[in-house]
Amino acid sequence: MSSEFGVVLFESTTAALRAEKNAVRAGLKIKLIPVPRHLSSECGFCLRFEWDDREKVESLLRENNLKFDGIEKLA
Amino acid sequence: MNNFMESVGANPGRSGHRRSIEAARILFDVREKLSGLFGADDPLRVIFCANATEGLNLAIRGLLRPGDHVITSSVEHNSVMRPLRRLETDGVELSIAQCSPAGVLDPADIIKLIKKNTALIVINHASNVTGSILPVTEIGKIAREHGALLLVDAAQTAGCCPINIGADCIDLLVFTGHKNLFGPQGTGGIVIGPRVDVEKMEPLKRGGTGSRSEFETQPDFLPDKYESGTPNAVGIAGLGAGIDFVMAEGVGKIRTREREFAGRLIAGLKDIENVTVYGGHNPELQTATVSFNIRDMESSEVAMLLDEEYDIMCRPGLHCSPATHITIGTFPAGAVRFGLSHLNTEEDIDTALSAVRTLAGRGR
Repeated sequence: MSSEFGVVLFESTTAALRAEKNAVRAGLKIKLIPVPRHLSSECGFCLRFEWDDREKVESLLRENNLKFDGIEKLA
Repeated sequence: MNNFMESVGANPGRSGHRRSIEAARILFDVREKLSGLFGADDPLRVIFCANATEGLNLAIRGLLRPGDHVITSSVEHNSVMRPLRRLETDGVELSIAQCSPAGVLDPADIIKLIKKNTALIVINHASNVTGSILPVTEIGKIAREHGALLLVDAAQTAGCCPINIGADCIDLLVFTGHKNLFGPQGTGGIVIGPRVDVEKMEPLKRGGTGSRSEFETQPDFLPDKYESGTPNAVGIAGLGAGIDFVMAEGVGKIRTREREFAGRLIAGLKDIENVTVYGGHNPELQTATVSFNIRDMESSEVAMLLDEEYDIMCRPGLHCSPATHITIGTFPAGAVRFGLSHLNTEEDIDTALSAVRTLAGRGR
């Protein structure tokens, strides 16, 4: 298992939840977590994924027309 | 709802802890159920409100500006009429399409009222007094031909009549949770179709949304733009369970059963001497809401006797809809209204008919 993670940032918690559902359906290992403070001052949450799955996550977002604000690698 | 109160209880989308996320998931699931039920593509355009009234106010006050023209019908509830009458004093032009005394709306009468500045047409899907179903799809097509939006008040029909906002040409659909969706009071909302430019629709309220907290201005994305403040998450959880129930029963099956019940009730009432039934009486265009009067008896007296002597609870009076009662000729006296559901039985209806027959035959 990859020890590196990335997160997808969304404009709303609702958008994050929609992406979570899609990712679970696609069998990706993901988790909703609070947005790390250094990435944003949002009080909502973001979708954490295993960095190795980055391409899968990106294509999932694009194929399902899920708007997102950005993808960041967690330090 | 029990699960929410006992095991979740957190504020959806306000934090990232597991209970807050679970609360947000529950809300999202209900958004998806509603968008599925009403044939909408985007669950993010399902906005939760406290009730249908708030949803109607959001659409009406959010969209109309002084100089705009709006058309409605003469069988609307005060949740439509009062915000429109208020906007009229602000310079919004209002036209009201007159329905027949049976509560029937001819779409041609809408066309006659269209103006260059007609921005919105507001009609109910079915009357809360007569149960008459209005020709929503035809009016939706008229709205589209003339560049206006159609707002439909589906308080009476969401859950008991099939609704598809695409096929029915509905741009904004307002529903309540506590009637035919079997949810608790304090739930409702609005489904915003793709033709609505949300940049031009103002929110009713502004405040905390759990998103964009660094900004002191309201988010412009949905659903956050229109959902400020802690939502009724426990109620929405209950609404989700109600929708599951409706889906398991089947809206088509519910509709068939209610149509049969309405037919049985109307035929039975018409058979009773001294009873006047209101409404279109076309079973295809009739919900299971039926209003009537017994000769010159006050509707409040009939309702009280039905409750006290027969354990039958109904609503007398004007039903928050003076316009409808003026249209059907029962203003200001009002009428007695029976509201059935598909969970009633033939026996219930026959019991009610027998009670009305006795009251109608009784000397005063």
